[in-house]
Amino acid sequence: MIEEARYFETELAVIGSGIAGCAASIFALNKKITTAQVGNTGAVAYTTGYLDLLGKLEGDKGAIDNPWDAITALKDRCPDHPLNGISAADIRAAFNEFTAFLGECGIAYSSPGDSNITALSPAGTLKKTLCVPATMAAGPKAFAAKTACVIVDFKGLKGFSGKQVVANLHKQWPTLKAERIVFPEMLSGEIYPEVMARALEVEKTREALAESIKAVAGNAKVIGLPAVLGMHNPDFIKTELERLTGFEIFEIPTMPPSVPGIRLRELFEQVFPEKGIILIPQQKVSSLTFDDDSATLSLTDNHGPITIKAKAVILATGRFLSGGLEAHITGINESLLNLPVTQPAKRDDWYFEQYTDSRGHAIHKAGIEIDDSFRPIGEDGRPYHERLFAAGIILAHQDWIRSRSGAGIAIATAYKAVEAVDNFLHA
Amino acid sequence: MVSPCVLKSSGAGVQTLETEVLIIGGGVTGAGIMRDLALRGIQTLLVDKQDLCAGASGGNHGLLHSGGRYVSNDQHAAIECRIENEILKRLAPQCVEETGGLFVAVKGDDMAFADTFPGLCQTAGIQVEELSPAEALAVEPHLSKDLIKAYRVPDATIDPFRLALENVAHARAFNDSVYQPHTQIVGFITKNGLITEAVCRNNKTNATIHIRAKQFVNAGGAWAMNIAQLAGCTDVHLSYSKGTLLISHDRMADHVVNRLRPPADGDILVPGGTVSVLGTTSIRTEELDSVIPTVAEIDRNVIEGSAMIPALATARYIRAFSRVRPLLQGAGAGDDREATRGFALLNHTTQGLENFCTITGGKLTTFRQMAQKTSDLVATRMGNTTGCQTKTIPLPKDDACRWTEPGAAPRYWYKENNPEDMILCECEMVPQSAIDEIIKCAPDTDEEMTLEAIALRSRAGKGPCQGSFCGIRIASYLYDCGYYQDETGLIHMKDFFNERFKGMRTVIWGQQAAQMELAEALHCGLLGLDTLDND
Repeated sequence: MIEEARYFETELAVIGSGIAGCAASIFALNKKITTAQVGNTGAVAYTTGYLDLLGKLEGDKGAIDNPWDAITALKDRCPDHPLNGISAADIRAAFNEFTAFLGECGIAYSSPGDSNITALSPAGTLKKTLCVPATMAAGPKAFAAKTACVIVDFKGLKGFSGKQVVANLHKQWPTLKAERIVFPEMLSGEIYPEVMARALEVEKTREALAESIKAVAGNAKVIGLPAVLGMHNPDFIKTELERLTGFEIFEIPTMPPSVPGIRLRELFEQVFPEKGIILIPQQKVSSLTFDDDSATLSLTDNHGPITIKAKAVILATGRFLSGGLEAHITGINESLLNLPVTQPAKRDDWYFEQYTDSRGHAIHKAGIEIDDSFRPIGEDGRPYHERLFAAGIILAHQDWIRSRSGAGIAIATAYKAVEAVDNFLHA
Repeated sequence: MVSPCVLKSSGAGVQTLETEVLIIGGGVTGAGIMRDLALRGIQTLLVDKQDLCAGASGGNHGLLHSGGRYVSNDQHAAIECRIENEILKRLAPQCVEETGGLFVAVKGDDMAFADTFPGLCQTAGIQVEELSPAEALAVEPHLSKDLIKAYRVPDATIDPFRLALENVAHARAFNDSVYQPHTQIVGFITKNGLITEAVCRNNKTNATIHIRAKQFVNAGGAWAMNIAQLAGCTDVHLSYSKGTLLISHDRMADHVVNRLRPPADGDILVPGGTVSVLGTTSIRTEELDSVIPTVAEIDRNVIEGSAMIPALATARYIRAFSRVRPLLQGAGAGDDREATRGFALLNHTTQGLENFCTITGGKLTTFRQMAQKTSDLVATRMGNTTGCQTKTIPLPKDDACRWTEPGAAPRYWYKENNPEDMILCECEMVPQSAIDEIIKCAPDTDEEMTLEAIALRSRAGKGPCQGSFCGIRIASYLYDCGYYQDETGLIHMKDFFNERFKGMRTVIWGQQAAQMELAEALHCGLLGLDTLDND
C-alpha cells in the first residue's frame, strides 16, 4: 500500500470519540461549525444505551428520582462539579438535541423527562436513568405497572439469565417469569449478542424467533429480551417482532461490550461522514500544537500520516479506560498535552479500603480543571490556550460512575464547550 | 473403629461431632496431617475457621525450595528442603512445575558471599551449576544486564491450593476423614489431663459445635499460639512477620529467580502459570487477621525486584497479597528471615495435657515432614504402629482439585471439545463444567458455596480482570442453574469483588487502572452493587 500524507482544515477538531466527543460533533454540526473528529472510540461500545443524567448523589445509598432537584443539591455537596455551572434549561436542551439527532438517524430515544426512569439491569437490579432507547422503553413501563411479563433468554448466551432477572425482581414484580429458547439457526454452542443482532436483520430469522417467543409467552402481555434487536434498525426490528408476536417487546442491556453500545458507535461512524464531518476514528492523536491562528493535530492511520489544522480543539479523551488520563506508579497525568491533573496527594489515597464503599473513590474525581468558558487550565493557572476547550469525564471533581452521570456530564459539558467554541469562532 | 462426625443432638440445638483426631487449621500442614493419619488408618476431622490455605499456606510464592535459599545461614533447613523437594517432585508431580531456579548477583552485590554459595550448596547435597552471565541471559532474557554471577539449582514451583485440596481429598477417599470449613475453636473442655471436647463456632451460622476426639492437633500456623492458649498451654511462643508479595500480569521468567545475597526484601521472583510472583517484604506485626498490602511495601518490592529483572519496574501487576508468617521465638535475634525458619512440635505434656500437640513454624516445602513428625506423635499416643506412608505413596490426582492448576482448565476444555460447555472465566479459561464439578465434588461439607469458595477451588478470577467479568458470569450461571434464587447471588458477587479488590488496591496503575474503571462502571454504575443493603 502506498502511503499518502493527508491534510485537512476545519474550524473545530474534536479529540475523542466517546459520548462527549460525538455529542460535541453533533452540537457543532447543528451550529454549522465545520468539524473533524479523531481519536479512540473509547468506551462507547461499553455503554448500555441508557443515558443517565444523575442517578445517585456521591456518598448516598439511595437513588435519585428527580435529577433536576438533585442537581440543585449538587451545588452544596460538590461545589466544583462540572454540572454546577450549567443551567437545567441548557442540560435539557443538550439532551433534547442529542436524542433528537439519534432518533433522526435511526435509534429513537425517549426525551428527557421531569424525573428519572427506573430501568432494568441484566442482573435484575434497578437503575435510574434519564433517557432510554425506544427498544428498551417498554421494560421500565411494564415494571412500573407490574404487567405480566416473560423474560426470554437463549441457550448458549452466557452472562444473561432470565432466571437471574426474575430471582432479583420477583418480590416487586410477582407476574414476572423467565423462559429459555433456542435462537433460530443457532442450536448449539456459545452464541454472541452481536451475531444474534445482525441475524435479526433478516426477516426469516425474525419470523422464526417470533414463533419461538409465542410458544413460551403464556399469559404475558410484555416480552423482555437481551439487547439483540438488530444493529442498524433496532426500532424497525422491535416493531416487526411486536407485529409478528402480538406482544409488546423490550430489550435489557447485556454485559458490555453490548449491542446498544456498538449500535451507537456504528451509527456515528456511518452518519458523521455523510453529514460532512471528517471522521478518523480508532486512531490516537500523537501530537497537538498551537500557534497564533490555529491548532495542529498529527496522527497516523493505515493509509499514512494525517495533519489537521483547526481553529479550535475540544479535548474529550475521557479518563483511564479511553486513555485521556494515565495512572502511573508515581501519579496521574494527562496523556496528550500533559495538562495539570487535579488528583489525590498520593497513590495510597486513590482508593478506599473497600471497593464498594458508597462514598466512591478519590481517583474517580481526578481530572483536568477548566475555566468558565470550558478552557483547560495550564501549569500557570491560566487557560492553556485560547483555542483549547474540554468536555466529558476528563473533567475533575466528578465521579460519573458512582453518581450515575456519565452521559449527563458528557452531553451537557460538550454542549457548553461547543457553545464556547461558537462564541470564540464567531465573536 | 469410631465413625467420625456422628451427629448427636443434645437438646439445646448444640451439635456434637465425634472423631478420632481433631486437626485444627486447614493449611498445608493440617491437610498433610489429615492424609498422613488417614494412611495409618486413623480417622480425622479437619477444621478451619475460614477455608483451606486461608493463612500463610495460600499467601506465599508457591516456591518449592531446593534448599539454596538457606545454605548460608541454616544448613539443617537447607538439607530438609533438599530432601522434601525430591520427595514432592516424585510423589506429587501434578502439584509441581520443575522450573529450576537461578541465584543471581548483580553489580554492587557482595562477591564474597556469591563465591561461597556453590560450596555451601555442595555441603548440603544440593546440585549447583554455575552459568556465565551470557548463559544465564540466554535462558532468562529479562535478567539485568548488570548480572555478574549466576548459579542454577533444582528450585521448583508448587501449587499449595491443589496440594491442600488433594491431601484432603485423599484422606476423605481413603477412610472417610472429614474437612469442615468456617469452624473456629473458641474453647476446650479438659478433664484429668485430657482434652475431651473442643468447643467451636460456625463462622457462617454462629452455631455452636462440640467436637469430641481422642487426640487434638493444633496446626493453626500463625494462630497456633492463640489456639494453644485456649487449652491453657503457655509454651508456644510465636512472633509474627508480615510479608507482602505481588503478581505480575505476565510470566516474567521461567526459572525461580533468587537474588544471590543474604535474604532481603523483594529478592525472589517465582513463575506460576502465566504470571510471576514477586516478593517479599518482611515486617514485624501484632495483627494476625486482615493484614493487607501497603503502597510502601509494593513500591519496595518493585524497586528491589527490578535490580534483578529491570522489566519489573514497568510491568503490569494484577494483584498483591500479604500474609503473616509465624516465627518461633527464641531461635535468634535480629532479622526475622534468619534462623527462625525451622518448625517446632510441642507435645504439651509439661502443660499437663496428654492428648494435645502443636505444630508450627516451618515452610511450605517441608509441610510433609512436619505432618509426618506430628502424625508420629499422635499415632504413638494412640498405640498405632503403622508408620508414615507419605514418603512412599504418591498423592493421587483428584479431578475436582485439578482446576487450581494454572493452564489446566483450558487443557481439559479443549480435550473435551464440548461446544455446550461455555467458558465462564475468559482470562483463565474456566468452563461451566469446572464450576459444576467444584460445586458437586470439591472437598467442602459446607451447605453454601460462595463465589469466593469457587474461586479458591479454581483459577476463576485469577487473571488480568481479577474476576470483574467472570464473577458476573459465574453468578449468572448459578442463578441459571437455580443455585441462587434471590438476592444472595448479588451479595456474593459484591463480597467476591470486595475480596478481590483487597489484593488489587495497591497495584492499580497503568492498564490496571483502565480495567478497574470499566469494572467499577459495570459493578456499581450498571448493576448497583454499591447500593446493596447487606452491610
